[in-house]
Amino acid sequence: MVDRTSIFGAAEAGGIVRCDACPVLCRIRPGRAGACHRYANEEGRLVRTDPLLLLTQTDAPLVPFLEGSEDWDGGITRNTFVTAIGAGTTYPDYKPAPFIVSSQHAGVDTVTVVTEGIFSYCGLKAKIDTDRHLGPEAARVMHEGEQIGHVTTAEYGSQMLSIGGVRHLTGGSKREGNVTCAAMLALCGKQAIEVQIEGGSKLILQAGAAPIVNGVPEARMRVGCGSAAVGIFAQQWQGHVDEVIVVDDHITGVLTEHQAGKCLNMRPSGIRVRGRRSTPGRYFQVAHPGSGWGGTDVTDPLSLIESIDPKLAWPGLRLLLTSTTGEDSLYVELDEALRPVPAAVPLAIANSVARIGENCEPALTSILFMAGAGGSLRAGVTDNPILLTRAVQRGEVRVTMGGAPCYLWPGGGITIMADVLRLPDKAFGYVPTPALVAPLEFTLRADLYAAMGGHVDQALSLTTLLEQHGDAAIRSEWRRENPWPSAPG
Amino acid sequence: MAAREPLAERAGVTEVQWPPPRRALLPDGRLHLQDGPIDLVIGLEGARPAVIQAREAAWQGLHGLLGALSRELPVLRAPLLGRMPSFTHPVAKRMAEAAWPHRMHYVTPMVAVAGAVAEHVLRAIIAVPGINLAHVNNGGDIALHLSPASTLRVGLVEDPARPEPSGLAVIRGGDAVRGIATSGWRGRSFSRGIANAVTVLAIRAPEADAAASIIANAVDADHPAIQRQRACELDPDSDLGNLHVTTGVGELPPETVAIALEAGRRCAEGLLARGLILGACLRLQGSVRLVGAAGGLAAMEQAAVPL
Repeated sequence: MVDRTSIFGAAEAGGIVRCDACPVLCRIRPGRAGACHRYANEEGRLVRTDPLLLLTQTDAPLVPFLEGSEDWDGGITRNTFVTAIGAGTTYPDYKPAPFIVSSQHAGVDTVTVVTEGIFSYCGLKAKIDTDRHLGPEAARVMHEGEQIGHVTTAEYGSQMLSIGGVRHLTGGSKREGNVTCAAMLALCGKQAIEVQIEGGSKLILQAGAAPIVNGVPEARMRVGCGSAAVGIFAQQWQGHVDEVIVVDDHITGVLTEHQAGKCLNMRPSGIRVRGRRSTPGRYFQVAHPGSGWGGTDVTDPLSLIESIDPKLAWPGLRLLLTSTTGEDSLYVELDEALRPVPAAVPLAIANSVARIGENCEPALTSILFMAGAGGSLRAGVTDNPILLTRAVQRGEVRVTMGGAPCYLWPGGGITIMADVLRLPDKAFGYVPTPALVAPLEFTLRADLYAAMGGHVDQALSLTTLLEQHGDAAIRSEWRRENPWPSAPG
Repeated sequence: MAAREPLAERAGVTEVQWPPPRRALLPDGRLHLQDGPIDLVIGLEGARPAVIQAREAAWQGLHGLLGALSRELPVLRAPLLGRMPSFTHPVAKRMAEAAWPHRMHYVTPMVAVAGAVAEHVLRAIIAVPGINLAHVNNGGDIALHLSPASTLRVGLVEDPARPEPSGLAVIRGGDAVRGIATSGWRGRSFSRGIANAVTVLAIRAPEADAAASIIANAVDADHPAIQRQRACELDPDSDLGNLHVTTGVGELPPETVAIALEAGRRCAEGLLARGLILGACLRLQGSVRLVGAAGGLAAMEQAAVPL
């Protein structure tokens, strides 16, 4: 990073830096900020505390052909993407966005309009990989005594939460809004927060980390529902075990009764589990939801056995009970009185349980930021905002957040979602409204930008922008998992 | 982030072209103005054309102010002693006037800078006819304009790191209160005391600002959990020079909290008796003391019970 001190400040004795950003001319000691808290002394250099973030691709080694040759820019302009992080916003809305950057990507003249949006209408979709019951659908999600969201659908192996949204940010009490804003900001900043689901679990959520349910970190995401597990492993169990019960809060599978067992001509065991039979070998509601085996409240799996039919079962019958993640399992054999008795686990069975575990992915919490960018900030892009909306909907404009790709919802407006883990750190901020501040970049072909009435006269070439602002900016490496946001064809 | 020519010859340059104050409209309609360390959030109510005109007036009113005050900084940072110094800019004068009654303590006009700037912008706003209610919030120091019929509810924040109101003051048009200020050791400027927050209601914002700092300084006690450093070690140009300022407060035993709050309360009672403030709310580690009987304080008391 270029030392900003030489241009906008002056070094003094004792590591003090004088900041020339405003007439107060603060003298700032190392590690401290000036009166405005926007400029700080970092190891003797004057830095902005909220600098513009530039992302640089470093795939190709950048070697100067001739040091000091005039046209050499180190290839930096081809490989630099100006994010909206630290770009700020403009007021009134009709004024051009803070940065309209023209550059070339793959030989195409491209414009990237860079602005930080202030979003009252925004929320988070949290996906929590667990088969444990976290709380009833539509239950309130509480944080520091305020409702910040609610439980939505259970998905395959995951529970979804909705967090934030305009009704919690500005529709409730001031405190509800502030607590919601702080919680969303923390989650967007990849930090952990604790939430309590009303009538359910206490969770610690952090994007990219294992969810912690009632103090216990979730390790594995289930391989499938109980029925799916039977379908996957039936062949591997045949010959090693006579019956398998895969305990699951959703559908508990019973091998010999299941279509998978039947197709293998397995002998019916006569073991009947509790719950409501959906189709042969598939049972709903074998127990209550809970934090025991397979997302049920079961801690003694034998309690799931409703009956053992003496006409079908036989002494020495080998029975495996397992959860959908293989974290809990029990191997029993029936004695002379057809009572299940725990027995030494045969190696093949232990291996099959281990394989269930291997097939479970690590349980994670994923946080998607969702917001509508169809409002007044569009005026900073073009003088006829609907043309931007339509161009985005037609796929002619690439929308990114701090360089991260966004999923665009069909239908009206510019409603986007992005994985917070794919954004750079410290990409989000807030205003006291409360509302979140999030970076937004629109990248499109220069001719299309002109045609939609874009603020073409305000466009800066990337080279000029780097000259004017490069020294105050932070440079960071482009995340390889994100596609480079060149203009769509 | 307006681009600016490098200031090659800083020393001796008297007229530097600084960028104009930045402005932004927040989504809820409040106006955000910023110039160097000045950071104002402004709420306006009134006829729509008046509000639009007042926003412009507020922004224009801020032009040149920071530069003018900066030129007088050396005197503004000097302690007030026996004689009132002379100032050029009216805001510099207001700062010194508000600090003047406290000169038995170590005090400089900087004690009222935030309140005086807020009041200056407020005056530019209310020069526009048709504004019923205006509040100019300069980092917690608030200048108010209320028509007789209007009421303003102000949330009180105890800890700036957790910006959620822990109390509420209700100011009615009929009250004399037109200035509210909050000071604490975690705030924007240094404090010599240990209060989490001292909120003062006064007739005008600069007076509220000065009194809040003085009372917050008085909320103090001796305890090993309190960390202090010389102001000049943190900021070489601090107007507090080599006086100690608070840099950390650990958990304190109840008797220490009581001693500190009592010292602050005595100070606030003195200012109330001299007519310098209308009321004050002192908060330290969950304990609260209220001074004065202004209408707004009833609500503060209500909110002061644990939520």
